Amino acid sequence: MPEPHEKRTRRITINEVEHAAVLAKIELAEDEKTQLTEQLDRMLDYFHKIDQIHLTDVPPTHHVIELVNVFRDDSPQRTLPRKKALSNASKVEGNFFKAPRIV
Amino acid sequence: MTELYELTASEIARLIASGKATAEECVDSVIERIHAVERKVHAYITLDEEGARQKARQIDQRIKEKKPVGRLAGIVVAIKDNMCVQGTRTTCSSHMLENFIPPYDATVVERIKRADGIVIGKTNMDEFAMGTSTENSHFGPTYNPWDLTRVPGGSSGGSAAAVACGEAILALGSDTGGSVRCPASFCSIVGLKPTYGLVSRYGLIAYANSLEQIGPLAKTVEDCATLLTVIAGHDERDCTTANLGVKDYKSHLKKPILKVRVGVVKELFGEGTHEGVTKTVMRGVDTLEDITYGCEEISLPSLEYSLPAYYLIAMSEASSNLARYDGLRYGYRAPDESLEWDDTYSKTRKRGFGAEVRRRVILGSFALSAGYYDRYYVKALQVRTLVRRDFERAFSRFDVLVGPTMPLPPFKVGEKIKDPLELYMCDVDTVPVNLAGLPAISTPCGFFEGLPIGMQIIGRPFAEELILRVANAFEKSSRLEATSPPLR
Repeated sequence: MPEPHEKRTRRITINEVEHAAVLAKIELAEDEKTQLTEQLDRMLDYFHKIDQIHLTDVPPTHHVIELVNVFRDDSPQRTLPRKKALSNASKVEGNFFKAPRIV
Repeated sequence: MTELYELTASEIARLIASGKATAEECVDSVIERIHAVERKVHAYITLDEEGARQKARQIDQRIKEKKPVGRLAGIVVAIKDNMCVQGTRTTCSSHMLENFIPPYDATVVERIKRADGIVIGKTNMDEFAMGTSTENSHFGPTYNPWDLTRVPGGSSGGSAAAVACGEAILALGSDTGGSVRCPASFCSIVGLKPTYGLVSRYGLIAYANSLEQIGPLAKTVEDCATLLTVIAGHDERDCTTANLGVKDYKSHLKKPILKVRVGVVKELFGEGTHEGVTKTVMRGVDTLEDITYGCEEISLPSLEYSLPAYYLIAMSEASSNLARYDGLRYGYRAPDESLEWDDTYSKTRKRGFGAEVRRRVILGSFALSAGYYDRYYVKALQVRTLVRRDFERAFSRFDVLVGPTMPLPPFKVGEKIKDPLELYMCDVDTVPVNLAGLPAISTPCGFFEGLPIGMQIIGRPFAEELILRVANAFEKSSRLEATSPPLR
């Protein structure tokens, strides 16, 4: 972890943006890669601001309400009828969603 | 003569109850208004005029038969297009969901219908609620009814614009980083972001779940309280909702506020705040000084770091939430039949999402990826702790905190959209509240050179009653130059 006040010297690279896009499963065109790299770099420069405060020993807040497990009775409810569940899919075969080839 | 569409929900409810107007007349008046101004404002994506008329006739019939009706009987309500309305297209302003027809109602919509509210349509917004101006919409921007060359704020810009110019009497928005309060401020209406957990998010299309809440938009504080009363409360289908029983937020509005201690947050008037905003809101603070125990400045140093922390958290959560759009069960799907799984998925998401959504999802994936998780995401969550602590400290001295809602008056359409970071900066005064999960209301505070300026009143967790009371007293004491936009 970098020390507070440390300047952000390393720029984000096109390779890193390509990798993030692969993780996000979003195809990028070549010109988009350059533009996005510049934009993300500027944003990270700004986000670098949070490196300027001491955060040692500060616990993270994932959620503002202290949630413990919430339980309810396991009683059966009506589910969506099959026809309705399939009605928004762009490709359907019989009673199934039709997915692209996986293997 | 005052038209029905110009009235508040409370006024309409009185007219209907006393038999001086019918629900159908009220709906017709709003529909006529929509026909007159919608072309200029573009508040809606989808309208259901016939459905609204039908519902109005049913209500009138029940009134005629002396059967009981709900508290929103005959009141036209607009719903932001990221909340599911059964059988009505719900797009999130995205090509991805352009043809999505939800098979169920969001809990808030179900509650509005149960209270006999009349859902007239779905309002325009920034795609997936990512934006501050309602310019990031697949269906084109919404325009500010006070000045059609300017933005209405965002992301619930359609809802706010609709209420401001009489295209709806009440509306729902969602607020992840200011998306109810910002357009309320820019359109000179009232908008409330409830405490995290007060309103069910079931049926709200998720952007950043640890931050967002659905909130009411209305012309007056009283109307805002009415709609909050209808939508608030525990819901088994959203296990983050608090179980606090049922409250009528309207019944305590007029209680005195003379003992209320007001903290004026220094950082909300920080560098970059437009002088017109500072002047107008400080005049509002003077009014509060007269009607409360008094106002005093307070500093919350961590607020300076809340904007980067907010964006890192929101983008990270977005990258995870929006992973569900694979084109399989619903939504747009790249039509190329020959493609394999990964290619179909990546092409679907490239074409289905707009530029801002792609940017946030990719940056969110980056912030969560190996090697950067501690560097960015965890740090942002630590800053979130500091922001919470600062608010807790402030609320040990004060009952409410105030400041501007937005650092600047409504800007021109096209002025900021090309520079994402510049647009993000506009959220600087609204995001701290989301990080801390607090309730906050934006209420009209006056005009600067003809442009609306809003004041933000922030409360302790679940202190909606108090901030509504303060806002109501403020509304009654402040004299605004105009109450509805001069749009014909």
